[in-house]
Formats: sequence, C-alpha cells, structure tokens
Amino acid sequence: MSQADTTVREDGIIDSVSGPVVTAVDLDARMNDVVYVGDEGLMGEVIEIEGDITTIQVYEETSGVGPGEPVENTGDPLTVDLGPGVLDTIYDGVQRPLDVLQEKMNSAFLDRGVDAPGIDLEKEWEFTPEVEEGDTVEAGDVVGTVPETVTIEHKVLVPPNSEGGEVVAIEAGEFTVEETVVELDSGEEIRMRQEWPVREARPAGDKKTPTEPLLTGQRVQDGLFPIAKGGTAAIPGPFGSGKTVTQQQLAKWSDADIVVYIGCGERGNEMTEVIEDFPELPDPQTGNPLMARTTLIANTSNMPVAARESCVYTGITIAEYYRDMGYDVALMADSTSRWAEAMREISSRLEEMPGEEGYPAYLAARLSQFYERAGYFDNINGTEGSISVVGAVSPPGGDFSEPVTQNTLRIVKCFWALDADLAERRHFPSINWNESYSLYREQLDPWFEENVADDWAEVRQWAVDTLDEEGELQEIVQLVGKDALPEDQQLTLEVARYLREAWLQQNAFHDVDTYCEPDKTYLILTTIKTFNDEAFDALEAGVPVEEITDIDALPRINRIGVQEDYEAYMDELKDDIAAQLRELY
Amino acid sequence: MKEYKTITEISGPLVFAEVDKPIGYDEMVEIETEDGEIRRGQVLESEDGLVAIQVFEGTSGIDKNAFVRFQGETLKMKLTENLLGRVLSGSGEPIDGGPPIEPDERRDIVGAAINPYAREYPEEFIQTGVSAIDGMNTLVRGQKLPIFSGSGLPHNELALQIARQASVPEEEEGGDDSEFAVIFGAMGITAEEANEFMDDFERTGALERSVVFMNLADDPAVERTVTPRMALTTAEYLAFDKDYHVLVILTDMTNYCEALREIGAAREEVPGRRGYPGYMYTDLAQLYERAGRIQGREGSVTQIPILTMPGDDDTHPIPDLTGYITEGQIYVDRDLNSQGVQPPVNVLPSLSRLMDDGIGEGLTREDHADVSDQMYAAYAEGEDLRDLVNIVGREALSDRDNKYLDFADEFESGFVDQGFNTNRDIGETLDIGWDLLSTLPEAELNRIDEELIEKYYGGDESVEEEATAD
Repeated sequence: MSQADTTVREDGIIDSVSGPVVTAVDLDARMNDVVYVGDEGLMGEVIEIEGDITTIQVYEETSGVGPGEPVENTGDPLTVDLGPGVLDTIYDGVQRPLDVLQEKMNSAFLDRGVDAPGIDLEKEWEFTPEVEEGDTVEAGDVVGTVPETVTIEHKVLVPPNSEGGEVVAIEAGEFTVEETVVELDSGEEIRMRQEWPVREARPAGDKKTPTEPLLTGQRVQDGLFPIAKGGTAAIPGPFGSGKTVTQQQLAKWSDADIVVYIGCGERGNEMTEVIEDFPELPDPQTGNPLMARTTLIANTSNMPVAARESCVYTGITIAEYYRDMGYDVALMADSTSRWAEAMREISSRLEEMPGEEGYPAYLAARLSQFYERAGYFDNINGTEGSISVVGAVSPPGGDFSEPVTQNTLRIVKCFWALDADLAERRHFPSINWNESYSLYREQLDPWFEENVADDWAEVRQWAVDTLDEEGELQEIVQLVGKDALPEDQQLTLEVARYLREAWLQQNAFHDVDTYCEPDKTYLILTTIKTFNDEAFDALEAGVPVEEITDIDALPRINRIGVQEDYEAYMDELKDDIAAQLRELY
Repeated sequence: MKEYKTITEISGPLVFAEVDKPIGYDEMVEIETEDGEIRRGQVLESEDGLVAIQVFEGTSGIDKNAFVRFQGETLKMKLTENLLGRVLSGSGEPIDGGPPIEPDERRDIVGAAINPYAREYPEEFIQTGVSAIDGMNTLVRGQKLPIFSGSGLPHNELALQIARQASVPEEEEGGDDSEFAVIFGAMGITAEEANEFMDDFERTGALERSVVFMNLADDPAVERTVTPRMALTTAEYLAFDKDYHVLVILTDMTNYCEALREIGAAREEVPGRRGYPGYMYTDLAQLYERAGRIQGREGSVTQIPILTMPGDDDTHPIPDLTGYITEGQIYVDRDLNSQGVQPPVNVLPSLSRLMDDGIGEGLTREDHADVSDQMYAAYAEGEDLRDLVNIVGREALSDRDNKYLDFADEFESGFVDQGFNTNRDIGETLDIGWDLLSTLPEAELNRIDEELIEKYYGGDESVEEEATAD
C-alpha cells in the first residue's frame, strides 16, 4: 500500500481503544477510508461514523495505544496495488509483502506500524507495446505485455476508470511500474501500476454459463463432483477432515492459469508449508515452478483480526485483475469461516445487534457478494476470463446446519462435504459421496464426452448407482452381517469396495497418485466396471462369490493409482481379470 | 507515574476508574487498598476519561478509596536463562523461596505474530517413546499438538511421560548442541495435581531444565489469562534467543477459557457460543500459534496444551476451536482407560497434521507412513465389526472379519497399552506394528508398498511365535 500522493484530510484524536476497534473524534473521514492510528501509525479502516465519532478497525495489534494519540486520514479507501510483481509474492491480509516486511522489520516477528508497497516500485520490467501511436484505446484494453514470470505474460491494461483516447506516445523498453508507458491525447498517462479499492468489483461485461471444467486432477472431484471454470464450490468439514490438504491439492493441480491462495485465519506452519513447497513444485501444465502462477495471501490466525476480514477482498480483487487480462483464475479461500468470525468479532466490538449465533445480520449478504465476484465473464476488452472460487468452511463441531455453511450453500453450486468418519479410517480425500453434489455435472458432461470418452456420463452414473446401492446394503449388513446377504448383493459390496479404495481414494502424498488426469480417472472406472460385468457373468454361470472375489488379479486394482504407465497396466489387468474369471466356469 | 483515587465502579474482576490523562490499552496498573495491600491489574478498555481495569488478584477488599497507579507500560516478562529450575506464580513472580529474578531483558507478554515467511516448516521427528503417538500420530519439533481429555482421565500422566521421554534421534547421535527445556504452565489445576507434577519433576531431575508457572485452582481466575502468555514469552526467549528446544505443556486450557468467559461476562460483552466470548478463536490462536521454528535459529517451541472436554464432548467450543488451530490432537479415551490401557490413547480420532513430513526414510523409517496408514484402516474396520459382534455374535462372521476383530484387540493390548513407564524407540514401535499386521492376510495390506511387504511382512506363523515370546 502506498499512500504517497494522496491529500491528507482533517486529522482526529483517539477517543477510546478496545482491542482492534478504536474510536476517534474530530476526524473528517468517509466510510472505508484508510487511516493511520496513533503515534506508531497503525493502519486502520473507517467502519462507522456517528456524529463526531468515527469508528476504525485497526489492522495491527493495539496494545499500548491510548486516547489522545492522533489519527491521520489518507482520504482513500483500502486499495490493492496491481501490476507486474503480484505473482510469485506472499502477502498479508492488506497486501503487504511478507518478505519485504521481514527485511524492513529486521525480525522474524511481525512488528507494528511498518508499511510496504504491494509491488516492487524499483524493479524494471521489459515492456513490449501491443498498440501503436495513433491507435485508439479504451478502458480495459491491452496496451502492452510484460514477462511477469516464466509462465505468465502480464498484460498492461488501460485502467477501467480511464476515459480512453488516442495513443500519442508509446515505446518498448525497461520501465518501473510507476513510469509512464503510454501517453494518450487526453493527456492521460498510463503506468503499469494500478490501484483498485478492494471492496468494489472491477467492471466486467456479461457473465456467461460456464461449460468447461476446472480440472482438479482429483478423481472424486473430476469424476463425481466437477467444478466449472468460473464456478463456485464450498468445502465444509470438521477439523482434521482434510480441508486444507484438499484446498492445497486444488491450488497445486487445477488447470487454471493463475491461482490466488488465501490463507485466512489458518495455521502459520501450514502457510509456511505452502511457501516452501510451491516454489519447488512444478506446474503440471508447463513444468515451471507453481509459484510462477500463484499469489499467496497469508493472514494466519494470530495476525490481526481486522486484516483477516479484509484478506478475502484483497484476494478476489487480484483475481479480477488477472481475469481482465483474459486468464482463468482459481481462488482458494481457506477458510471462509475465519473470515465470517472476523466479521462477528468486529461486529460485537461495535455492539451491533447480533443475528444468528452472534454473526452480524449482514453475513449472508457479504458472503453472496463475495461469491458473486466469481464467474465466467466477457471482459470489457473483449476477451474472456474466469474466476473460480473454492471456499473452505469450518463448521463448529462439524455441524453443517450452522449459519456460515448454510448461507454458503445457498450460493455455491458445488458442495464437497468432508466427512470425519472417512478421515478417521484414512479415506482421503474424505469427500462424502452421498452428501456432496455438483450442479455443474450436466453442463460439463458434453466437454467430458468430447474430450475424454463418449460414455463418460453413463459410466459415472453406474458408479453412482453402485455406491448408492452399497450405502443401502451397508445398513442391512450392520444388522445381520455380510454373509446373510444374497450372493449378488455380496458381489455388489465387493465392487463398491474397489470403487471406494481404488477410485475415490487418492493419496495426496504419493508422487504419482497425487495427480490423476481425466483419462486415468475414466480408465480406472472402466477397469472396475470390467470386473463388475465379468463377475456378474461368472455369478450367473454358478460360480460362488468367494471364488470370484478370490482371484489373484483383484488386489492389483488397488495399485492402479500409483502406476505411472497406467494404460498398459490397466489393459493387462482387465485381460487378467476376464481370463481368471472365465476360467472359473 | 500517574496516581488516582477515582474508582467509580467495582464489578466482578473489573474496576472502573476516572482519569484525566489518556491511558494506553493493555497498560499495567497497581491498585493500593487502604490497608496498604497492592493488587496488580491491566487496562482492558480505555476511553477518554474512563478506564476498565481487570484485577489479577481479585477485587475483594478494594473500595472507592483505593489508589490506582498506572505504570505507563504493558505487562512484561522478566527473562533470563537462569529461569530454568525456577517455580513462578501464575503472574511470573518466584514462589520457590529463591532469590528474585535478575532479568537480562524484559519483554512484552503479548507476543508478536511470527511472520509466516520467516518460519521454517517443522519436520524433525520428536520421539516420545509412546507407540500410539510415535507410530500413529507423530509429533515434530515446532508443532502444537493438544491432548483432548476428560475429567478423571490420566492426561497428566501422559503429559509427564512425554516430557520425561521426549528426545530427538539426532540428539542421541550427539549431532546437536541445542538443549532441551520444558516449560510448564499450570492454569487452575488443583494443588494435588500440581504436587504430582512437581514430584515427578524433582524425582526425575527434570526441574533443572524446566520453568514452572503455577496458577492453582484457588488462585485468582483472571491471573490465568496471563499465565500462558508468560510461559510462552519465556519459551520464545529460550528457543529463539538461547537455542533451546522448548516443550511447553499448558494445563488446563479449559480453565483458561473459563477465565476469558468470566471477564467477558463482567464487561457485559455480547456472548458467543455457550457464553464464551466471540473473540475466543483469535485469543486461543494467539497462544497456540506461538509454537514453531524460525529460519536461521537453532531452537524451537513445541506445545502440548491439555484440555478437559466438558462432558467428553469434542464439539464443545473449547476443543472445537482448539482443534481448528492446532496441528492435530491426541484423544484420551474413557473406555480404553476403564479397560486399563495405559496410556488410553484412542488413535482413531487422533491426528497429527505434521506427521507426513516428519516421517519416512532418513527421518524415522521407510515403512512408517504405510504401516501407520494400514493400521489405521485395519483398526477402524475392527472397531466397526465390534458393533456387529454385539448383535450377531462372532460365529456369524467370516474368517476375514474375525481376523480384523483380533487385530483390533491386539492393537489395543499390544501396541497402545505399554504402561506409563515404558519408553519404546520408533524401531520397536514399528516392529510391533508389523507383528500385528502379519496376523492379517498379505492381500489385505493394500496400503503398503509391495517392496516393504516383502521386507517386513512376517506371515501368520512367525507372528504366533513372537506373540508367545512377548
């Protein structure tokens, strides 16, 4: 955040301090203006104005701050710096780069009152013009490109609030983000750096119905509950059910161009893992480091609560900026419950009338505003871009009836319910196949049928039916035991077991199994279906179920996931299963 | 120093006083009663002209004539390496009859957050010598792993066993100069429990490398809100300035949260779930997140908070919020305890989130991850079948199912039940694991790499021999 060239409005005096909420008198401010609080200049935002009293949420720890200290107004709302240098960077909740903070504070701990611009103002970037002198440009148009990282070409856009006009000067060369790269006949100068208020969506054209999947490389998600590019999904689950691993898998393997990963009120060590891993992991599409397409926002649970409230907005604004360039962006927010709790905490310090479970009455509105910033868009410059949002939800006690989960479910179209029981038996990802759903299934089927297999939807439906049947049979088994079931039902249970163990389960920590392309997802399913069909033929021919399930080839089904050369392995396996079963009759 | 005689209201642990000069948030306060007694407190809310003070030692005996003195600074912990071996009160004053503390440094007890960028990811295995933890829910340096327990369960014994036995493999090799220190923060525990801990510390000589903070059940509840911060400030100092590997045991977090609720109620705040304040998540996070490692520093802070779940209910706000912050949890189980399993750790709901990176070849053993996964799955299956046995009896089950039932029994008696005084190294733990897994048919071991099965799987016969040998 740089506030260098803003005019300072009337300053005020602190009147009271209560945790992150500070009130000031004599402050001439507008709602959501950014202010600097106290002698140390702690960053804060105006959240209420009543008579002469202005209420401020402070983004830093307020110990030792007292009444009588000054409050300085910047006159600007909370904004993010946009431009080359946003990718491959790790920010806190108000877009201060954490590595710069460490250097400036000269400490491993986060000190107070230190500010840093969101993008490097000194660094020079190689600018290549895309328009010529004499061309007319409008808001949102691409005027040039910059190689931001090895993977991503950054497009320099005419700011959305610009009037546009005729280009009178443009040239290639090395520029810092604050130098003018384009001059218009109106006298307007375009720089690579833009600022945008985080609480306001960047303008875009129409939203379209998404028809392309955001491939996740996870079998249960791609296979059963796919999400579209431009779609929204929620991952609720009690603690220990694997929310964070699931989110990180998406950040690592999904086929988005850009990933914005928000660690909102989560664990410090977890963020460190991401910070250490991502630069080393290769992007499955390009082979370049994952960080080259990623921005991390790390506001851990012990960092100030007000910055936790703002970090999701910081993230989505960055996502919108890359969408405007025509990229497909995936945004992971882990966890939106912490964000909601931050709202609750601030609301209760403001002594607002609480809604359900102490959450503010505007909870549902804020959640839907956030998720609605996702979508598949026609951009104002004529390109298409998308933002897919995946929000983790941490319901207290794993109870999905609580307000954050319920309000989220009313908005999102894809629901991946994590299940503590599955996690306990180390069935990961612990996405419960009975409770989860995806409303994108039908609109994405044509894509899968065209790009993977004609009978994609059919085979999937077979798997769903088998798993459903297993669910019903399991209830009976709980009462009378498996051996009391008729043979065909016993066989169904066995087939369903392979569906669970070889298809739904996936080991995120295994080098090969961690990513599964859609072809492999499909082939594993057909292998199990081959077993199913052959086994039922055998059963009809009078072979006892024990003999069918005892053939040598079967345990190999569970090892498909870890095979690199899976096609040959599965061809052989299918043949062996068929041959061994046919030998029995 | 500003002194006032302007108390306007006394309510529960809070005192309200009028002031004519601005007072900082969190600033320390001394209150002197008419008979000269001095109480300490902290500013909770500061408005122009009026401050709310929470008094650590309780408000009884304070009247409107008491003097209020503002110290002009926030609460500081006196730090020195010589704290090792000392016993302090819940607010950091010596209570062992020893000399006063000569601090090298005084540090604010509200620790700043560690910059996630400066952290080092924890992946050094700590061997606790407890199979249920080492084998199934491995602890690593810099982790925060709470013990979820209930009233009347032996969580203290387990914590003591960990404090006594904890070692790091490289330490045994002598490759590491860093020393090990234990910080013990007691909040609202009974004098008897405190004695148990102190006796054990003295008996094993652990006290020399420990700093003990004691807030007992009859000490003021409000003091409990500063005790863990004192303890953690000391831990950070020893770890990141003096290169110690610090293990912090905080017991009992439930009492801490009760104290938070008490203060919240006295301030007439809008209560959250079950009356606990809405900011409890943030507050707990500010404690738990003070575990970790920092790049370029030798030391580490590892936390084992203990909490007793009211009614053994892990959806209660205290365990629930804790579970969302900490990197896993160890469940102490009432059924296992009544069966006499020591330590009664139920591994199924237990979890160590940092386990995957702290184990494996070069860290523990190549087969560790697979063995643990397979045992989880097998034990879970055995547990499920127990419900069924209650209905249809063992005879009605298949041979395979019976093997799983035996496995579950053996797992509890052979693997988990090792006694509070047995120290097993990781090799021993994993070997016992293989003994158990070898009672299952080889084809059932679908989570273990084939090469490892070849190397370690014993088959049915060899196991029976070993089982009788035990």
